Amino acid sequence: MGCEKTNQSAWRGFIPGPWTTRVDVRGFIQKNYTPYKGNDSFLAGPSAKTLKVWEALEPLIAEERKKGVLAVSADRPSSITAHAPGYIAKEHETIVGLQTDAPLKRAIMPNGGLRMVENGLEAYGFSLAPELHEIWTKYRKDHNQAVFDAYTPEIMACRKSGVITGLPDAYGRGRIIGDYRRVALYGTAWLQKEKAREKALSESFDFTEEVIREREEMSEQIRALGELAAMAKSYGFDISRPAENAREAVQWLYFGYLAAVKEQNGAAMSIGRISTFLDIYIQRDLDEGILGEEQAQELIDQLVIKLRIVRFLRTPEYDQLFGGDPTWVTESIGGMGEDGRTLVTRSSFRILHTLYNLGPAPEPNLTVLWSTELPKGFKDFCSKVSIETSSIQYESDDLMREQWGDDYAIACCVSAMRVGKQMQFFGARANLAKALLYAINGGRDEKTGAIVAPGFEPITDEVLDYEVVIAKFDAMIEWLANTYVRALNAIHYMHDKYHYERLEMALHDKDIYRTMACGIAGLSVAADSLAAIRYATVKPIRNAEGVAVDFEITGHFPTYGNNDDRADEIAVWLVEAFMAKIKKHKCYRKAVPTQSVLTITSNVVYGKKTGNTPDGRRSGQPFAPGANPSNGRDTHGFLATGLSVAKLPYESALDGISWTASATPAAFGQNLPDRIKNLANCLDGFCASKGFHMNVNVLSREVLEEAMENPEKYPNLTIRVSGYAVNFVKLSRDHQREVIDRTFHVKL
Amino acid sequence: MHGFVHSTERGSAVDGPGIRYLLFLSGCAFRCLYCHNPDTWKLQAGERHEVNELVTEIGKYAEFLKRGGGVTVSGGEPLMQAGFVRELFLRVQADLGLHTCLDTNGYLAADLPDDWFDCVDLVLLDIKHIDDARHRALTGFSNGPVLAFARRLSAMRKPMWIRHVLLPGHSDAPEDVEALTEFVKSLGSVERVEILPFHQMGEAKWRDSGMAYALEGKPACSQEQAEAVRERFRASGIDAR
Repeated sequence: MGCEKTNQSAWRGFIPGPWTTRVDVRGFIQKNYTPYKGNDSFLAGPSAKTLKVWEALEPLIAEERKKGVLAVSADRPSSITAHAPGYIAKEHETIVGLQTDAPLKRAIMPNGGLRMVENGLEAYGFSLAPELHEIWTKYRKDHNQAVFDAYTPEIMACRKSGVITGLPDAYGRGRIIGDYRRVALYGTAWLQKEKAREKALSESFDFTEEVIREREEMSEQIRALGELAAMAKSYGFDISRPAENAREAVQWLYFGYLAAVKEQNGAAMSIGRISTFLDIYIQRDLDEGILGEEQAQELIDQLVIKLRIVRFLRTPEYDQLFGGDPTWVTESIGGMGEDGRTLVTRSSFRILHTLYNLGPAPEPNLTVLWSTELPKGFKDFCSKVSIETSSIQYESDDLMREQWGDDYAIACCVSAMRVGKQMQFFGARANLAKALLYAINGGRDEKTGAIVAPGFEPITDEVLDYEVVIAKFDAMIEWLANTYVRALNAIHYMHDKYHYERLEMALHDKDIYRTMACGIAGLSVAADSLAAIRYATVKPIRNAEGVAVDFEITGHFPTYGNNDDRADEIAVWLVEAFMAKIKKHKCYRKAVPTQSVLTITSNVVYGKKTGNTPDGRRSGQPFAPGANPSNGRDTHGFLATGLSVAKLPYESALDGISWTASATPAAFGQNLPDRIKNLANCLDGFCASKGFHMNVNVLSREVLEEAMENPEKYPNLTIRVSGYAVNFVKLSRDHQREVIDRTFHVKL
Repeated sequence: MHGFVHSTERGSAVDGPGIRYLLFLSGCAFRCLYCHNPDTWKLQAGERHEVNELVTEIGKYAEFLKRGGGVTVSGGEPLMQAGFVRELFLRVQADLGLHTCLDTNGYLAADLPDDWFDCVDLVLLDIKHIDDARHRALTGFSNGPVLAFARRLSAMRKPMWIRHVLLPGHSDAPEDVEALTEFVKSLGSVERVEILPFHQMGEAKWRDSGMAYALEGKPACSQEQAEAVRERFRASGIDAR
């Protein structure tokens, strides 16, 4: 290798292994990291420089909160090198780099979809440069237009009625995690050389469509790495070589990520699993005496400041769907190694400590990979951070490690993927509650009366019979899964063609594992409705056209979320049944189908689009988020709800099962030490019961009600909603109401 | 074997160590003025449950309970159904390997032999008042058997937590706090003292049951008042929370 000489200095003191001759970040980590089993007592507060940068940003953030969007660079489409360097407070920035030439100034990315760009600009009082409009309407096609060229009338009808919603067909699909660590460890020159070597392997192959596509994509990847180096050079750094020290490692890695968010407005732009990787560089500098704890914390704090101000131009409708302006810069922290050593390092603590040094915030989306085997000091610290900030979430490393090894990261909310080796085609979700109404109404929409699913007969019985309904429902989800997967295939074919993530994919291996990440919404509504049909008497009330628009329910029925098998087994069946339908279909690029039980915050919009349901839920009423029981129906406490959710099988929902759990501080005990211990025990118990995700809020409803009335007093109130966190006061009134209506357990 | 259970909580974090499955048994002879569960006084207010069935139900939560938590039986006064409690606790210990905790006023313990308490890992002993006359005024009964039980537990080296409801004007006089502290100091197996500030959350239950509530409109005890009393205990080297 040509750069071995530089590497000798950059890699000084590192234990060599196969990682020195081929890209192998996990191998590097395993040979060189220092597990940490202590407590949080070593942590340092924010440095003067960090505070200066944060202070410089605060007025801008406040102004942005008022306006919605502070500024837009509407004169040019963004690319890795489109903008001159930008700074917040240059002399105080230890880590530099902005998406455009000024903080919070948003970029436009018309390749994803011109319509989204123009609507976004117009909504916030900006306008697109006329020549750009001309280019993207006359000379250049975008992803959005291409997808609609391929859609069928049935797909369009599903999209319109809301039986399928949230499809990434108008903007970047996201949920791809570049292995940004590679930039720091190897430098761009070596990565380019490796890609060129791999590209050459296919020179003698038959030029099938597949081979040609791969060669074109790899050329784009090599080019993107060159642009990444050029962008870094404009900030005064030569990242063609590997990072020499901790500051460079953080900076190189961040440049990699920055290039990705300059070019892609992805639904979720997650950063991966970086803290333990960076800890190796920080520890080396600490050992060499060239860095102190305060400076180590400063590097992490300043990186996190940058991650907090990642912005995309989106439309108000998008923000309405997702409750604010989220970017899902998810960082996965902790977990256990396959060899039994913990992957917790001091930097796992440092990144969580940013919530104290900079105050609570929804981004980056700090995600702890929980295992019952984690060291106690780390468990206690996480638990304390949750109780004091409600800003972190937990996902079961014990479940995911078995499936994906020990170097996976979470994209977005709950989607695990091996970093640099795997990607997903993000597929939003199908509405199972509405599908149940379609089964009853023979494919006719209960709100509009339009036929969405053709060729089905409605149920005409006076009282709904469980077996009859199940048979109809089975046929309906067969049709829905078919239509859904076809839509996703079209989206991802066109995304690869018109808006390919060349930089993110340059930071992946050549041969990657792809999943088609489908999803379901309305699980609790569908489960409770079927429980009502089975255990109570449900009579449809039909309108003149024969459409069941309401239901008369007599008698009691069990509901999902109370650790009652009668209802919980129905929820399990729904998850398994829809997965089985999805599996039958051929996915684009041989992707392996998976699904999530996650709604993000679209549970509100899904609810709006769904009529009265047989569980007694009223038309328009929000669904519960993700795999949560319906709001207020889980009456047996936190543990019972957790055990119900834990019954949903991860094998049938490998893209994640989201549970947002809220309890009052007092529910965890009378004092902080008891609360810390009890929350950690809840996480252990849930994890040991094969629960997947716990998105924890430790809050009382009164605090939220107070914040709703007096938002100015709570500018930083952070609340976990559904696999991510939001700034509570930025939510719409509808979302605030929905969050307040959720179950707040006062007892565990 | 069966008993009468008024209600259950699957995860209490305030009734003994850790996360606990909590059973409120029905039936209590005391008539504490500040009782926040007067609906549990009558034995028949409970629902009949078999030990087998309860053990199965508790077992579903064992993953949470086994980590420093366990099962707590409260009430009402659980010793009104001592046979049932013992059977349940023995099964909880043997079948589920869980820690057991008895929340009692201790009044009925005199009838039980020492080895009865093998099934109890920790006693939460409620001492309503250290002064006999005021104890009578507060509960309708003498505190003699209660204090005797505390001494007996101490002699048996049975771990206990002393719980004391702080009711302003009734149980917060400095001399009473002093006397209680001295009494607790004289015991050998007290691990913790819990000072529970009186609250008005039981008021609705009194109203619902149609009974006269002597403490109607009475101000709740503040956290500061409770903390001051805890400090008094701490000054004597007692872990008070």
